[in-house]
Amino acid sequence: MATLALFLVGCAQSGPPLVWKLNTSVAGHLPDLQFRLTDDANQVVTAKNYLGKVVVLYFGYTHCPDVCPLTLTHLHMMMQKLGPLAKDARILFVSVDPARDTPAVMHAYVTAFGTHMVGLTGTESEIRAMAKRYRVAFNRGPSNGHGGYEVNHSSAIYIFGVKGKVKLLATPADSVPDITHDMRQLIQQEIAP
Amino acid sequence: MTARRFMLATAIACLAAAPAATWAVTPAVKTSITVTHAWVRLLPLDLPAGGYAVIINNSATPARLTGASSPAYRSVMLHQSTQSGGMSRMHMVKQLVIPPHGRVQLAPGSYHLMLTHATHTIAVGDKVPVTLHFADGKTLTVDFAVRPANAH
Repeated sequence: MATLALFLVGCAQSGPPLVWKLNTSVAGHLPDLQFRLTDDANQVVTAKNYLGKVVVLYFGYTHCPDVCPLTLTHLHMMMQKLGPLAKDARILFVSVDPARDTPAVMHAYVTAFGTHMVGLTGTESEIRAMAKRYRVAFNRGPSNGHGGYEVNHSSAIYIFGVKGKVKLLATPADSVPDITHDMRQLIQQEIAP
Repeated sequence: MTARRFMLATAIACLAAAPAATWAVTPAVKTSITVTHAWVRLLPLDLPAGGYAVIINNSATPARLTGASSPAYRSVMLHQSTQSGGMSRMHMVKQLVIPPHGRVQLAPGSYHLMLTHATHTIAVGDKVPVTLHFADGKTLTVDFAVRPANAH
C-alpha cells in the first residue's frame, strides 16, 4: 500500500504513464537543438527560429536516390497522419553534401516531398559543427564513375521538444505508425491544447 | 505449385498490395523472367532517381542480373542500400542472382537501380523503358512507371 501511494505521488499527471514506441534513451544525453545554417529560402536561421515546434532532424543529401527519399516520404506520411497537429511540427533536413546542396537545390528537393519540411545547408565547417554536435558521421565515398559520388551518413532521426530538448531517436527502419504515434503524443504533451 | 500458378499468385498478391496503382506486367519474351511493379521515383532538378521492380525467375536455373540501361538516362547502375552501425550506405552491385522459381525485389532501402542524367525531360505519369541485362547475354526491356518523389 505504501509503495502504491509513493507511486501515485511520483506521477505528476493522472492516468497511466505514457508509452513510447521510439527510443527515449537519448533524452538528456544529447545537447539541445542549436545551429546556425542557411534554409532553403536562402535565409540564415538558427534553432531559435523553430522554438515552439516539435522538430524532427534528419541528415542526408539530395543526390541520394534511395534511402533519403524513402525516409522523407515516411516523414511526409507521418505529417499527413498527424492532420492539424502537423502545424506544430517541422522536419529539418540537413545536407551532409553542402558542396552540391545549395539552398535552391534543397528547396526543390524538400518541396517535392511535402509541406512543413525545411532544407538546411551551410558551409562545410557549419555542417561539420552541426554533425559533431549530434554525433552524426558522414563521409564522401569514391567517384561512381559518372562524375558523381555517394555520401555515407548516419541514419539517425532526432526528435526535439518545443524548447529544443532532445526527446526521441528514430531510425529509417521505424514504421510510420510508430513515428506518428510518438509524434502525436509528444506534440500533445509539449503543447497545451 | 506450378511455376505458372506461382507467377499468378505472386502477381495477384502484388496487385492486392497496391490497389491504387496500375501496373504493367511484362511477359517474358526472350527470357524466362517476368517483371512487375516497375517504377521510378522522380526527383526534381535531374537529381538521381531510384528504380524499383519485382523480378521473377520462372526457370529452373538461377538468373543473374548484371546491369541495366535506358535510352531515357545516360547511366543506370545496380545499387544496394544498407543500414549498419547507425549508418546508411550505398554500394554498387555487380551481379544480382534471382533464384530458380524465385524472385528478387528491387525496393526502397534495399536493391535498386540508380538512374542518372536524364536524356530528356521526364514527368510523373510517363513510362520510361529500362533494359535489364543478364549474365547469359539475354535482355528484357520493361516500362517503368514514373511516380512522384513522395510515392510509397
